[in-house]
Amino acid sequence: MIEALGPAVVGWSELPLLVVLSSLVPGVIIMFLAEEQVRLRNSLNLLGAVLKVVLVGLMLLGVPLGAEYEWTLQVLPGFELSLVGDSLALLFVTLSAVLWLVTTVYAIGYLEDSPNRTRFFAFFSLCVTAATGLAMAGDLFTFVIFYEALTWTTYPLVVHRGTEKAVRAGRVYLIYTFTAGAFLILGAVSLHVVAGTVEFVSGGVVDPTAVATAPVRYTVVFLLLLAGFSVKAAFFPVHGWLPVAMVAPAPVSALLHAVAVVKAGAFGVIRLLHSVFGIEVAAELGMAQLVVGLAVFTIIYGSLRALGQDDLKRLLAFSTVSQLAYIALGVALMAPAAHVGGIVHLVHQGIMKITLFFCAGLLSETLEVKKVSQMAGVARRMPLTMLAFTIAALGMIGLPPVAGFLSKWYLGTGALAAGAPWVVAVLLASSLLNAAYFLPIVRTAWFDERDSEWIDRGRGPGGLEADWRLVLPALVTAAMALGAGLLGGLDLSPLGWARLIVQQGGL
Amino acid sequence: MNAPELWTTVAIVGPLAAAVVSLGGGRRHILGGLALGALASCSAAVALVRIVFERGVVRHHMGGWGQPLGIELRVDGLSVVMLATTAVVGTAISFYATSYFGDAADPRVERSPAGRGARFFAPLWLFLWTALNGIYLSADLFNLYVTLEMLGLSSAALVTLAVSNKAVEAGMRYLLVSLTGSLLFLFGVALLYLGYGTLSLEGLGALEPSGTPAIWALAVMTVGLAAKTALFPLHAWLPPAHAAAPAPASALLSALVVKASFYVLARLWLHVYGVGMPGGALGRPALVVLGVLGGAAIIWGSLLALRQVSLKRLIAYSTVAQLGYLFIMFPLLPPVEGLGGGGGWSVPAFSGGIYHALSHALAKGAMFMAAGSMSYAVADDDIRAVSGVAHRLPMSFLAFGIGGLSLAGIPPSGGFVAKWLLLTAALESGRWLWAGVIVVGGLLTLAYVLLVARYALDVEREPASFRSVPRRMEWAALGLAVLAVILGLRAVEVLELLSVGGFAPWR
Repeated sequence: MIEALGPAVVGWSELPLLVVLSSLVPGVIIMFLAEEQVRLRNSLNLLGAVLKVVLVGLMLLGVPLGAEYEWTLQVLPGFELSLVGDSLALLFVTLSAVLWLVTTVYAIGYLEDSPNRTRFFAFFSLCVTAATGLAMAGDLFTFVIFYEALTWTTYPLVVHRGTEKAVRAGRVYLIYTFTAGAFLILGAVSLHVVAGTVEFVSGGVVDPTAVATAPVRYTVVFLLLLAGFSVKAAFFPVHGWLPVAMVAPAPVSALLHAVAVVKAGAFGVIRLLHSVFGIEVAAELGMAQLVVGLAVFTIIYGSLRALGQDDLKRLLAFSTVSQLAYIALGVALMAPAAHVGGIVHLVHQGIMKITLFFCAGLLSETLEVKKVSQMAGVARRMPLTMLAFTIAALGMIGLPPVAGFLSKWYLGTGALAAGAPWVVAVLLASSLLNAAYFLPIVRTAWFDERDSEWIDRGRGPGGLEADWRLVLPALVTAAMALGAGLLGGLDLSPLGWARLIVQQGGL
Repeated sequence: MNAPELWTTVAIVGPLAAAVVSLGGGRRHILGGLALGALASCSAAVALVRIVFERGVVRHHMGGWGQPLGIELRVDGLSVVMLATTAVVGTAISFYATSYFGDAADPRVERSPAGRGARFFAPLWLFLWTALNGIYLSADLFNLYVTLEMLGLSSAALVTLAVSNKAVEAGMRYLLVSLTGSLLFLFGVALLYLGYGTLSLEGLGALEPSGTPAIWALAVMTVGLAAKTALFPLHAWLPPAHAAAPAPASALLSALVVKASFYVLARLWLHVYGVGMPGGALGRPALVVLGVLGGAAIIWGSLLALRQVSLKRLIAYSTVAQLGYLFIMFPLLPPVEGLGGGGGWSVPAFSGGIYHALSHALAKGAMFMAAGSMSYAVADDDIRAVSGVAHRLPMSFLAFGIGGLSLAGIPPSGGFVAKWLLLTAALESGRWLWAGVIVVGGLLTLAYVLLVARYALDVEREPASFRSVPRRMEWAALGLAVLAVILGLRAVEVLELLSVGGFAPWR
């Protein structure tokens, strides 16, 4: 059947648009539903999420057959809203589509009976719309539109609880991201003025000879764009919003950290290095080296900060700061293997980190456990949760056979190929630090005796340790993290796809 | 009577007849008048847009009388764009007003301030609508003077509908400024008539006004019009007047009325005097002066907006700031030589400036109406009083938020397109400083929009009192906000329309 479907979807140029609409339309409808229309709201949400996965699946079938999906809408003379389904875009779109579906189930369970769910789920869908839109953006103009839309669609989610703390966190979030957005827009306009185009072309769109004649101009453009991306990518020293935004409900943190906001920044860096400037040109300007330096520093810094945290979500936030920089590091090195490692970490970090956040949410919802120091013996009460947590944590450290190992392996061999063996030392040091903050949690949860008071909200139906809508997503994503590691040799695994992207020169 | 004659007549006579109908004073008269005015304006706008698309610039002598006695009308891209914006925003605000002022036939309402508003809002606004349409269609200076005077009188009267001492005082001050502005304008008209013996704009343009009397005429007319447009430093009258007026009137004044005097000013500078022409009457310094005042307005208006405690005053100061963007376009205009044809889109400064006027009209209309709904609900205009209103009036808050984001130039929105064009103009000509002002102004806009969001989203403080808001008011505001977003996705047609007649001087 797959063979029959494949050719049929080749050349269906509206597919990228449909992928965007599959969450936009439910989001807009949900916005006008009444709070009590729970069933309709959930059905719409799940319908959209499933539809998106199916549509993305169709594109995944078409691309290896040589299909090129492109949909455009003229906005300004010379500027179009352009959605393209190339292999790199699909990697990110698949990630967001699958994780959106899983997170929707989780969020429905997590927010049961809490107020303002209509607003929450409406913006939840809009936020994913923005993420898929920027994943498939065919030029910087389109990218900017969705990138900025992502900012304001996530704001209501961050301040969802409406407490003073949440509203303050939302303000910090907006100050960081909108300031960065201003740099991005300025950078995009100056790219258009300087280079005459804002299109994304694999291998870079700027003319190397033009860069050689006016290196300063191009450097300024690069720096403006990098400043625009680095806030969402949470590079040191502009990562400060990320730990503060942890006040958001767990599904939001999960989505923010795994798919939406931070990945948008990291994806922007990939586009900047590979689709706008091209890695050679960026290296000639010294900009690739700058990104490597920033990334290395952020990797170590994030891990060091995570080390001292007792608040579980804050710890995870600093871990995200560190892990995200792997992506930038990989794509900024001058070796194909490193590019594979960077790109695949986009997916691997996503599925592992979302698992960790699901587990953190489970612990706080079921037992009011929010701190590492309360976690002694928690695995006896919630074995499945801690199983998922452990798998993901081991993956973060980079132990085989979990997915994180493959990322680090490719990053390491890539660094050697690029003639930067010191990066391997950084990777090792970071892995040790990861182990230093994750392993004690795992150990105390499984092997220590309970030593703090929990407020147990009781078990789920059937004696399950909690509501199945919370447990199942965590197990599913943990299984994915394990599967992506074990089945890395397959063509349709994240790693296989990342290798395809690099082979095709899709970067 | 051919089609252009018919529809220009409808655009002017329609709202005037509607004003007469609404003077009847009964509920039926008022609703009928508003409906008639909206119908006439909208259908005329649609028809004229089509006519200009098909035939280009058209002219019409009303009643068959030629110059110098008759009323000459002239329709080009800029006119119909302004006309259509007025029709859309005016219709939405009329719709809003029918609910806002309540039922005038209700005896309790009749003696209340609302009753007075209900009785007099419709005739005054329809008279004002006639003046607006008249200004956009006028082709000679005397007509412009008469219609500007009509505009000033009806606007000042609208302010005093709120029957408070503050409103009467603000209205009187507004009237004084407006009359002084008109007198200065008339003085300039007289100077030009003495010098050239014609009042026709095209006739004057063909004579290429230059020399001391012509420059003086432009100078006094500019001061008069700048006072009416509240250009910094002549803006002090605007915030009290716009804040004191009843909400629908505030929306009209901020969204539409100030644009009309700006339109006249732009016509004079661009088309009649042909500024920026090499060897022309006025060089770049004059343009830079306008730009600097605009830049000062952006910064000063935004800073003052941040300091307000009254919601409506905050929005009014925002108007002062946003009007500054309209003047930023002048120093960014390219020299006219070498521009082929009308030069519409090819001049991003021109199209960006005008586009900003349009999107500001939509966004500010939405914001004032939404703010009106919020303060209607809590019966208080203090920013702190709207605490928690976002949860009770989600649609109004959404309209306010979208409007604010559009003002700040966050995509997708008309404001984003306008800023993109203005930034392109600034960077293409290497004027980095203006780009900086544009970007900083956007961030300041976000700051004051966020200031409102901070209180409105706060759930920990409940509003002291709360009454429900008619749905119609919420829908009207949201409708305009959504249009502001759509304006950001489909700018091609509008810019194409603007290029009919375009930016080049009438020579």
